[in-house]
Amino acid sequence: MEWTFIDSWIIVTGILSAMSCALLGNYLVLRRMSMMGDAISHAVLPGLAIAFLVSGSRDSLPMLVGAVGVGVLTAVLIQAIGKLSGLDQGASMGVIFTTLFALGLILIRQAADHVDLDPGCVLYGAIELTPLDVYTLFGWEIPRAAVTNGIMLLVNVLFVVFFFKELRITSFDPALATTMGFNAGVMHYVLMALVAATTIAAFESVGSILVIAMLIVPAATAHLLTDRLVAMLAISLVVAALSAVLGHLGAITIPTWIGFRDTSTAGMMAVAVGVLFLAVFLFAPRHGIIGRMVAQGLLTLRVNRDDILGMLYRVQELSGQRSPAVKTDDLRKALLTGGWVNLALADLLRTRMVRRTLEGVVLTESGLSSAANLIRSHRLWESYLCGQMGFCDAEAHYSAHQLEHVTDEAMQERLKRAANYPTLDPHRKAIP
Amino acid sequence: MPGSSIKRMVSHGLGWIAAAAWVWFWPDLAHAGGLGDTGLQWPGWQELLRVLTLRDYNTRVVIVGTTLLGLAAGLSGTFLILRKRALLSDTLSHATLPGIALAFILMTVFFGDGKSLIGLIAGAAVFAVLGTGSVLVIERYSRLKDDAALGVVLSVYFGLGIAIMGIATRMETGNSAGLTSFIYGKTASMLLFDALLIAVTAFVAALLCLLFFKEFSLVCFDADFALTQGWPVARLDFFMMSLVVVVTVVGLQAVGLILVVALLIIPPSTARFWSRRLSVMLVLSAGFGALSSMIGAAVSALMANLPAGAVIVMTASSLFFFSLVFGTNGGLLQMALDRWRLGKKVMHENLLRELYEWQEIAAQQSGAIADKTRIDGPRLEELLPRRSWSVHGLQKGLRQLIRKGWLRLSPEGRYFFTPEGVLQARAVVRKHRLWEAYLIAYADTAPGQVDWGADAIEHVIDERIIAELEAGLPDWTPKAVPESPHELIRSGV
Repeated sequence: MEWTFIDSWIIVTGILSAMSCALLGNYLVLRRMSMMGDAISHAVLPGLAIAFLVSGSRDSLPMLVGAVGVGVLTAVLIQAIGKLSGLDQGASMGVIFTTLFALGLILIRQAADHVDLDPGCVLYGAIELTPLDVYTLFGWEIPRAAVTNGIMLLVNVLFVVFFFKELRITSFDPALATTMGFNAGVMHYVLMALVAATTIAAFESVGSILVIAMLIVPAATAHLLTDRLVAMLAISLVVAALSAVLGHLGAITIPTWIGFRDTSTAGMMAVAVGVLFLAVFLFAPRHGIIGRMVAQGLLTLRVNRDDILGMLYRVQELSGQRSPAVKTDDLRKALLTGGWVNLALADLLRTRMVRRTLEGVVLTESGLSSAANLIRSHRLWESYLCGQMGFCDAEAHYSAHQLEHVTDEAMQERLKRAANYPTLDPHRKAIP
Repeated sequence: MPGSSIKRMVSHGLGWIAAAAWVWFWPDLAHAGGLGDTGLQWPGWQELLRVLTLRDYNTRVVIVGTTLLGLAAGLSGTFLILRKRALLSDTLSHATLPGIALAFILMTVFFGDGKSLIGLIAGAAVFAVLGTGSVLVIERYSRLKDDAALGVVLSVYFGLGIAIMGIATRMETGNSAGLTSFIYGKTASMLLFDALLIAVTAFVAALLCLLFFKEFSLVCFDADFALTQGWPVARLDFFMMSLVVVVTVVGLQAVGLILVVALLIIPPSTARFWSRRLSVMLVLSAGFGALSSMIGAAVSALMANLPAGAVIVMTASSLFFFSLVFGTNGGLLQMALDRWRLGKKVMHENLLRELYEWQEIAAQQSGAIADKTRIDGPRLEELLPRRSWSVHGLQKGLRQLIRKGWLRLSPEGRYFFTPEGVLQARAVVRKHRLWEAYLIAYADTAPGQVDWGADAIEHVIDERIIAELEAGLPDWTPKAVPESPHELIRSGV
């Protein structure tokens, strides 16, 4: 692998187009219109074709005009069909964008004699070739695609900065926005026009597939990490840039492992952002799967620890001895939780709440006080539930059993006060 | 009523004429749409006849194959639309790409030839299922909504596919040239084997729809109810989606990625404008799918410059837009007609009640209960301020009532009831007051407030509700029109 200026420019172009897509994508994801990016990026095809047929060239300006026109038309049509026909948004989107795409294919076929336009190029993009087509700017040779996407990024950033408030309120609560005098509809169509323009700017260089990936995936990733809009925008931009870099690196390194030179950079950028999404999906602290599983596991562990302590305390209370030993097997049989008991026991041994003796496990001093605390919570709840709320049957025991794990000192005090400072619980057992 | 059936025949007839015009002028319209100078060759009659009678072997294979595909897609797409999962087909078809590319590479490495259709389709199917699974997992275990889940899976899988395809095209052995037909389709060069595969798929799809009709309709229309009745909803759902997967992967190489999505979505959406019964929808959807595929393939066979897949989709969506306007179930024309009829009915009933109340007031003032046909009716300008109606609309309404024989116009410009008119007006006023009495008795509405509520609903109360209202109001004398519970105001509001 050899790093050249071409690779640098590929990455720069990739970063610019990815970031300009990702910025707008946040609002698509928040408005639950992610698939609109997909629809528009397919539907602009006839706009391109008509621009070619009319202007007879591949200049950027006519293409931009054609794409934005058809992009807004797509949004209007999807809205109108949905409203008129009662089809759900997905179906009306499906009808409109496939129709426009087919129209585009036919037009391109008719235009094929005049203009060289390969639908394959539109779909895959040829980011690898972009550094060859350069502008000379202030004595620097800059790829045209980098300039186009850079301008588009600038436009999008300005749009988001200037209309930040309007975008936020129309995205989160269109009804409120309308009552406050913002026109949610206008915001929607301006956003769609910008999506179409961004799509077309990125199309030429990176292809539609990367456009769709960068519109949706970075924003979705950011949405899993934060609840704040500004943070979401920032994270999505970082994810987009990161995946552009990783994608190109992947495209020129991974195939060499199995004996090939390289593969499609646009494709690998989409894969890279997918990998980042997967990582966040699994490991995000609050919304990730693993994060949630860990939190749940910790809770289960705590409940099991408490149950073991409670049981040891009750055995001691019944036997009247000081710190009787209980066999691990008996614990396991009584608590019915299998493997968790071992983990909880290990944790108790580690924190010196219990000791292991030849006859079984024994409470230590600190174990005894925390067990007493737990039993206090349990019996206070029972007293309160029976005395104040009239639950005196077995149900009260189960409720108390669940509540005891989440009761702190302050809560105990309030329970005591509410239950008139009881000394015995409803089963006539002493409250420690 | 004979009148309404004639009207229906007329409106249907207009529909058919419009349909015929659409079909007749469609080529001209397409011709006018900027394609004039692009070298479209219009076929001669002989060629047309040859294609339509399936004289050529190639044309025969292509037309039969695509028609069957349209049929199968129409059937399975109906479930997709009813389950509100239209765009799942989009995600699913994009997600097949890595499967196709991977299968190609593996088969090239192990067998030397990577283009076995069955192998490619198997690869596609595996990844279609994986993609669907990923969508479900993302929806289930994260805060992302279905749209984002669909978008993420679509783009990432397709990107992966492009990346693997990039490797496949750089392989020295094997010829990857035909692989892109999975994205764009290669309808015109469909082989007999492809057509047979499609035929088997279509047959299986139709058979399954027949066998599982009850189960599928239950899951489509009320999945929760089906669940409470003990049906294995998740498994049936998976089964339905598998049908979609199979049709998608088989259709991919025939019409291409986007266009198979169109075939799955557009015909069922079209069928919805003609019926809400699942059985009828299935038949219509299959028919629309088959018809548009057949027309598309035939047109493409006649005109070399038109890609078949695209023409098929354009035909299907022409049918869609036609049905959107002319459909008998929620079509725009029909809805406009319904609204117009309702507006007319409301106008007439409002007029009748105004006139009736006018005369009640007159009778009160003169202190004698007189014959309603004899009391001096209001003039036009006296009627005008009673409601927010336009002069023109009021005149039109009055003219229509005169034509119906319910009113007559005296030489001095006053409107009188005919005996028939009194009967009609009594019925309307009775409905109005019945509802007012109901509002007072059951909804604790103040008598001064009930007029407005009754005014809105009186037009849609039918015989059954009248009977129910009468039963609920014990001091209600049958057939009589009671006095208004609130004061009637003679002029202006």
